[in-house]
Amino acid sequence: MSTSPRAAQQKFEPWKDPEAKPYVRIEKITKQFGDFLAVDDVSLDIYKKEIFCLLGASGCGKTTLLRMLAGFERPTSGRIYIDGVDMTSIPPYERPVNMMFQSYAVFPHMTVEQNVAFGLKQEGLPRTEIAKRVVDMLDLVKLGQFAKRKPHQLSGGQRQRVALARSLVKKPKLLLLDEPLAALDKKLREHTQFELINIQETLGVTFIVVTHDQEEAMTLSSRIGLMNHGEIIQVGTPSEMYEYPASRFAAEFIGSVNMFEGRLIEDEPSYVRIECDDLEVPIYVDHGISSSPGATVWAAIRPEKIMMSREKPQQADNWASAIVQDIAYMGDMSIYLLRLDSGKVVRITQPNTYRHADDRITWDERVHLSWHPESPVVVTK
Amino acid sequence: MKQGITVFRAIVLTLGFAFLYIPIASLIVYSFNESRLVTVWGGFSTKWYGALFRNEQILNAAWLSIKVAVLSATLAVVLGTLAGMVLARFGPFKGRTLLSGLTTAPLVMPEVITGLSLLLLFVTMEQLIGWPAGRGMTTIVISHITFTMAFVTVVVQSRLSQMDDSLEEAAMDLGARPHKVFFLITLPIIFPALLSGWLLAFTLSLDDLVITSFVAGPGSSTLPMVIFSKVRLGVSPDINALATILVVIVAIGALVAGIFTARQKKIRDRDAQMALAANQQMIESLKKG
Ligand SMILES: Nc1ncnc2c1ncn2[C@@H]1O[C@H](COP(=O)(O)OP(=O)(O)O)[C@@H](O)[C@H]1O
Ligand SMILES: [Mg+2]
Repeated sequence: MSTSPRAAQQKFEPWKDPEAKPYVRIEKITKQFGDFLAVDDVSLDIYKKEIFCLLGASGCGKTTLLRMLAGFERPTSGRIYIDGVDMTSIPPYERPVNMMFQSYAVFPHMTVEQNVAFGLKQEGLPRTEIAKRVVDMLDLVKLGQFAKRKPHQLSGGQRQRVALARSLVKKPKLLLLDEPLAALDKKLREHTQFELINIQETLGVTFIVVTHDQEEAMTLSSRIGLMNHGEIIQVGTPSEMYEYPASRFAAEFIGSVNMFEGRLIEDEPSYVRIECDDLEVPIYVDHGISSSPGATVWAAIRPEKIMMSREKPQQADNWASAIVQDIAYMGDMSIYLLRLDSGKVVRITQPNTYRHADDRITWDERVHLSWHPESPVVVTK
Repeated sequence: MKQGITVFRAIVLTLGFAFLYIPIASLIVYSFNESRLVTVWGGFSTKWYGALFRNEQILNAAWLSIKVAVLSATLAVVLGTLAGMVLARFGPFKGRTLLSGLTTAPLVMPEVITGLSLLLLFVTMEQLIGWPAGRGMTTIVISHITFTMAFVTVVVQSRLSQMDDSLEEAAMDLGARPHKVFFLITLPIIFPALLSGWLLAFTLSLDDLVITSFVAGPGSSTLPMVIFSKVRLGVSPDINALATILVVIVAIGALVAGIFTARQKKIRDRDAQMALAANQQMIESLKKG
């Protein structure tokens, strides 16, 4: 799983600062199409210079939310503030916001240069300034040599850059990107992700990015807003979303996870024990949760946090016995699918630290799994 | 077996072409006939072309037809574009079905009915408001707009529904007000559709006989009306000459359109190659960087 390079570089956490004013405030926004609720009571605060990702499956209302920020859809109820100004009923051509469309929407009858200059011409800027800003922007996105080309003479990746340059050259307060990388092939996508972050940091623009790809969200974002059926399920940094999912949906949507359904048999402030039908021994978690004894809960354990050995572990809790059902060699690591005696299949990953490991665990072997008491995340919904 | 199919194919092809082109070929051949009798060959001559260009009635009718066709095609494109735009872009507003039905009704309405109802309309209007006074070019142009606009609307609407909506939204997003979006983005992109709509309207107007006969007045006969009335008295060789000229004009038009399309295809192929090369270049530079 990739982690955000931003988080590694510096501490950028305005959302933790009670003094910080949100740059974009989405207040109880609802959008109905007829009887259909596309966006359901969404409230979000987004801060200056963030890359905020709206993540969710196709059809969950991400684009609709973005289009309300751009001004193409009127919210059924709720308000939108940008930099403190109420934008709810301002038309798109008067908002200090630009959007990069999923189809890129590059004007087919104009050259690259004309595409990028279009927005500046609408502002009525002097010709020399337009020319200068267009050249600078084309250099930034590495399209200088293609300035005179028409869009149909460009590759998909280049068209994406034209769309990006065209919105950024207007120096918007906020850039909205709808699935910016979905149309690119995998290699180009990875490269473009990092370039997008670089450009965002160079210009200091606030980005709101819509994506259905959780890896893309993890790589790009300062924070993620996870959506389902028009609602925001959870908001957090990529590592919070991965390590502390608040629901089964969040745990399963981001990364892969082994989910054990069980009952709370011991519920103390400092630890809990969970009895699962799939496991012989209980799961022991070294922190308390807010639920009551006997309640149905789920313990989510990430594949890389489960250890595997031939010997039976010494501890009383947090282990299981299984048979190797399948192994997938991925190069940097291997994925093992292990069948518990109950029939449940558990997925674990192991790094391939050594090149020649002679006694590697192989197909149909009986093995023992174990995990640390801090590893499971217990969710109640 | 294979031989059989080839022979069969050749016969069908020959018969098909013969069916389509023999009438036209004979028309062209007889336009150079010396004899006054259309079906008797009397030797080669171009005298009927001379006669044609001295025939005031035919020249006047041709000029009127061209004026009517240009005027009504142009106005039909303006109105048809507005209607197509409203139908394709304004969503499910109240009365949309009615508008859609009204604009496209002339496509399915028998021409006699369209012609008769327009005539009744013009007569009533003249009695009530005194306009249009009498029947002539004005009434012909109005009638031609009515039925050619339906075709333009359909062409424009289908082109607009193929067009990516987000192009217009992107322009608005970049600060263009709605009327600028229309003139700077929508219009240039749908321009080829407008052009073909105009040509369609022009051709339809040029050869309409039925509707025109209802709404034309004395002294405002169009070319199809003159040809039709002359032919009723027997086919005369100067009509053959006129028809030959029309065939030549149409053939040149088709040829130019063909060459144009072929050139477009060549340009498209070249552009596709360029995009492919650009992609390659980008991948190379990614590998290096
Ligand atoms: N203009 C519209 N009219 C009716 N339904 C719409 C419209 N736009 C979007 N929807 C519906 O709203 C839901 C959310 O759409 P969208 O925001 O595009 O989802 P996402 O971008 O997350 O895939 C979808 O079910 C879609 O069919
Ligand atoms: Mg979408």
